[in-house]
Amino acid sequence: MGEEFVALSLPPILIGCLAALACALPGNFLLLRRQALIGDAISHVVLPGIVLGFLVTGTSSTWPMMLGAAIAAVVAVVLIETVRRVGRIEPGAAMGVVFTTLFAAGVLLLEQSDTSSVHLDVEHALYGNLESLIWLDATGWSSLWDPVALAWLPPELTRMAVVLVIVALFIAVLWRPLAISTFDEGFARSLGLPVSALGLALVIVSAIAAVAAFDAVGSIIVIAMFICPPAAARMMTDRLAVQVGWSMLFAVISAVLGYVIAGYGPLWLGYADAVSAAGMIATISGLILGAAALWGPKRRGAQS
Amino acid sequence: MTDAQLPLQVRGLTVSYGASPAVFSADMRVEPGAMTAIIGPNGAGKSTLLKAVLGIVPALSGQVTVYGKPLDKQRSRIAYVPQRASVDWDFPTRVIDVVQMGLYRQLGLLRRITGRHRSLAMDCLDQVGMADFADRQIGQLSGGQQQRVFLARSLAQGADLYLLDEPFAGVDAATEKAIIDVLKSLKDEGRTILAVHHDLSTVPDYFDRVYIINKSPVAEGPVAEAFTQDALQRAYGGRLASGLLDQLFPVAEAAPAPGFPARTA
Repeated sequence: MGEEFVALSLPPILIGCLAALACALPGNFLLLRRQALIGDAISHVVLPGIVLGFLVTGTSSTWPMMLGAAIAAVVAVVLIETVRRVGRIEPGAAMGVVFTTLFAAGVLLLEQSDTSSVHLDVEHALYGNLESLIWLDATGWSSLWDPVALAWLPPELTRMAVVLVIVALFIAVLWRPLAISTFDEGFARSLGLPVSALGLALVIVSAIAAVAAFDAVGSIIVIAMFICPPAAARMMTDRLAVQVGWSMLFAVISAVLGYVIAGYGPLWLGYADAVSAAGMIATISGLILGAAALWGPKRRGAQS
Repeated sequence: MTDAQLPLQVRGLTVSYGASPAVFSADMRVEPGAMTAIIGPNGAGKSTLLKAVLGIVPALSGQVTVYGKPLDKQRSRIAYVPQRASVDWDFPTRVIDVVQMGLYRQLGLLRRITGRHRSLAMDCLDQVGMADFADRQIGQLSGGQQQRVFLARSLAQGADLYLLDEPFAGVDAATEKAIIDVLKSLKDEGRTILAVHHDLSTVPDYFDRVYIINKSPVAEGPVAEAFTQDALQRAYGGRLASGLLDQLFPVAEAAPAPGFPARTA
């Protein structure tokens, strides 16, 4: 049992948790800034970025693709801001226009270019390949202390951990300016805080989280984790720090429970095959949001 | 008065949102230790002037000095109270947390909030009569209470120059009284107050000086000299109710020579 779990289930569960946390953390601030859709936008525009990264470098290794995706995300953010300013459209509409256009362009690129040799397709982009992130060198719990086996951990795990550390450090260090400028932009500017740069930095850090998570777990989880855990957490508390804490808890619950239910739920119900872990994790986060909306102590209209 | 002592001096400030200027070529001298009201009709650029002075909206041209130096060197001497409607009061934060935002310049990024900071914030809340509400979520407050919390946050900044945007807009009478008491005691401590104000009838009671603007400045000076029927009519055109003018300038109405700007204190 231990052997199979450590080799087959532990890595995807850990990667799912790390990805969920990396997206949910900045999601708290995006949600409060009415920019929650930016996670959706980013996870769509990484597709043309990844394809371009492949076309330019000719390799399917991860770093050029992630670089392409990150550049695409930044380009998209600048485009969204431009459309919003020049076209005087509301932010949500500007995001919708930019990300659908870029995603469509990405699909065209993908069709026209010879990417059949690499693992690049729309389905992969959507669901990711969480179940395939296994650790074949693990022989049981003791492998966690075995440097030889640890060297063969799925690279996504290390990458996601590094990205989570970056995201967490960013939010911890810039907590006060982020909170002040999110709550009261005018006051923040009067203090001399670089409000525009902070907003852009938040979006770029979100883009880094989205791109890394997208590579590991697919865009469904990215979109869900940017919005659902923070939105559910908002209905649990009236304090920002506590909200962030709840959102982290909800993200981890979604990842763990989603993976386990996807893997074993259908078997318990008598079906033969497991269902998509990414789909189940996103579904669980949606159910948590629903529960918080029904029973959360600080939902709108609740007596406090 | 040398320029270095002037809390705020503005020269040739022009701000534009799109084609037409919102504020055009505004000059302003804010005298120390006085309460100055910025008045003018709706859309006259009162709030925009204040925001441009603080760099919240970009100015096309103009120069701003605070106590004789550029604004960016003097941010610690300024406190700004934005319009209450400019923020999302559903934000997950408590009253005391908002007041502690005023301590940002002391706290910086990572310094821990100590008991000293907390008692300072409580003291500021106490001055505006909101100490009992410290642990409330800000969305649960009435409009007047929210305005007092904003004022408490500016007190926590310990500034020399206070810039307030419509501090009396949509507040109850008790709050208006509380706010004016706090502002007057700040003035008694030698601090300078500049507030966008919309209620002409309270100008002589509350303020020492006025700055009248309708996109371009119309008049500036002590209330007794600058707050005249003539200046108001030039700024507001026909938009002033005649009853209000009669109430503000009873002598002018009875005077034998109409149109001559005269008023009693």
